[in-house]
Amino acid sequence: MRHEQIETNSALMLVLILLVISVGGLVEIVPLFYINETLEKVDGVRPYTPLEIRGRDIYVREGCYLCHSQQIRPFRDEWLRYGHYSLAAESQYDHPFQWGSKRTGPDLARLGGKYSNHWHVQHLVAPRSVVPQSIMPNYPWLLDSDLDYADVDSRMRALRVTGVPYSLTQAEYDANVQRYGQAIADQLDIGKAQDSLLQQAREKDFDGLPDRITEMEALVAYLQVLGTMVDFTQYDEGYFVEFR
Amino acid sequence: MTDNTNTSQPSGAVQTTGHAWDGDLQEYNNPLPRWWLWSFYGTVVFSIFYWFVYPSWPVGDTWIKGFGTVEYTTVDKATGKEQEKEFRWNTRALLLEELGNAANDPQRKEMLATVQAADYEQIAKDPKMMEFVRSVGKGLFGDNCAACHGGGGQGVVGLYPNLTDDDWLWGGGIDKIHETLVQGRNGFMPAFGQALKPEQLDDVAEYVLTLSDEAPQSEASERGKAIFQGQVGGCYACHGADAKGLPVLGAANLTDKIWTIANVPAQKTLQDKKAVVKNFVAKGVNNNRVMPAWQDRLSPTDIKLLAVYVYQLGGAQ
Repeated sequence: MRHEQIETNSALMLVLILLVISVGGLVEIVPLFYINETLEKVDGVRPYTPLEIRGRDIYVREGCYLCHSQQIRPFRDEWLRYGHYSLAAESQYDHPFQWGSKRTGPDLARLGGKYSNHWHVQHLVAPRSVVPQSIMPNYPWLLDSDLDYADVDSRMRALRVTGVPYSLTQAEYDANVQRYGQAIADQLDIGKAQDSLLQQAREKDFDGLPDRITEMEALVAYLQVLGTMVDFTQYDEGYFVEFR
Repeated sequence: MTDNTNTSQPSGAVQTTGHAWDGDLQEYNNPLPRWWLWSFYGTVVFSIFYWFVYPSWPVGDTWIKGFGTVEYTTVDKATGKEQEKEFRWNTRALLLEELGNAANDPQRKEMLATVQAADYEQIAKDPKMMEFVRSVGKGLFGDNCAACHGGGGQGVVGLYPNLTDDDWLWGGGIDKIHETLVQGRNGFMPAFGQALKPEQLDDVAEYVLTLSDEAPQSEASERGKAIFQGQVGGCYACHGADAKGLPVLGAANLTDKIWTIANVPAQKTLQDKKAVVKNFVAKGVNNNRVMPAWQDRLSPTDIKLLAVYVYQLGGAQ
């Protein structure tokens, strides 16, 4: 029996405990990185534009994920309420992902396009003015605070390191043009990040304040793109079954 | 003080684990009950069968997929036909099996098909179909529409229209409601803040309020009328010379006492009422009165159910 050796040597015991408890996680998670079918082959999923990234950062900053998941599970009740279940491919550029199992509020994975920009602004500033029974906090400062986008290119660089195809070189840009078309490729170019952000904000005016670019602008831009990238009418349902 | 009088067993009746700390500190060895131990071994054996039936171990760039299968029905999008398919067990196939499995809730499936095939008049006349519309429509409405229009379709004055009154910006016939759901709406009114002087805006607001008897006629309202009905304001072009609105453009009826944007009912004094109308005429409507299009989000049957549901809320024409 080695019991005594292990139990009297706390460093050895610590290492052995770590080894044992990491097995469960390693066996379940690591293979997902090299199994071919983890990511469904679908068209349309693209990295977020600079404005959407800033919105996503604000989403994380405000802790939206504490109450809202972004993961529709393949169950009948979720299908009926939220729409198509989430695909792994849809969160391939999310770092960190915003899945989750804690839903105090509804799932947001397919929120994009469901409500108007104006509704989002109204609802984020004063949720109970439109949904009386809501327990969501008010986020009025989003409309008061101007968006800080000075460092958006650094944020894109960091995401690029994790494998998100934002382009730094001409070759990468050309590859993005091939893959997503020129309009999107321009948005994904780190060199033009600030201009792209300003352009998208001016064109779409998500916050309803044409003269300003607020944090609300970025957040609503992000919320309006959630779950809209894949056109599910293109695929038979049986197609997604075959990836699992 | 720590006299072990609470251990009822006499020392020596239970084996110890064999090691001793600090000279004399020992540990009893109480083996697990036999039934427990054998149940545990049983689960180990069961898990081996489990690996063979369900997806389990990762191997290389794939995984052991298991012998289990699921039969499901799916619609081929190219031909529109239902097909039976069998595929290895996974949660996605299981979902499709549940969704397509008529045995799961045959009544719902049958009723959906009946409603899909029926036209609006038939649905309205059939109490059974209407009951179905009300129960399923309530869920759909709650998930998709209630965030703006309220749980009962009552809307929010100043923000989103009430669907239970008989005032309809875009038309309250069943076909119009259906059209609104399918393609969405985007209300527009020019901002008059630049085109009109503040006094002129005051006059127009005064006139608009007289249209629904909120304000008495006055000299100001007469001046406002001239702006409304003339080329300076040109309001009549959309709202009509009788100010009863034009549903094709989503222009509001100004002669009823129903206010959808300017929150007149909440104002106590005439002065305040005038102020909200004036403020609204100055700003206009631009991309802040948007009804999303639902054709890419909801199935045609769901949209049909919702159209009938909204229609039966009370105020439809």
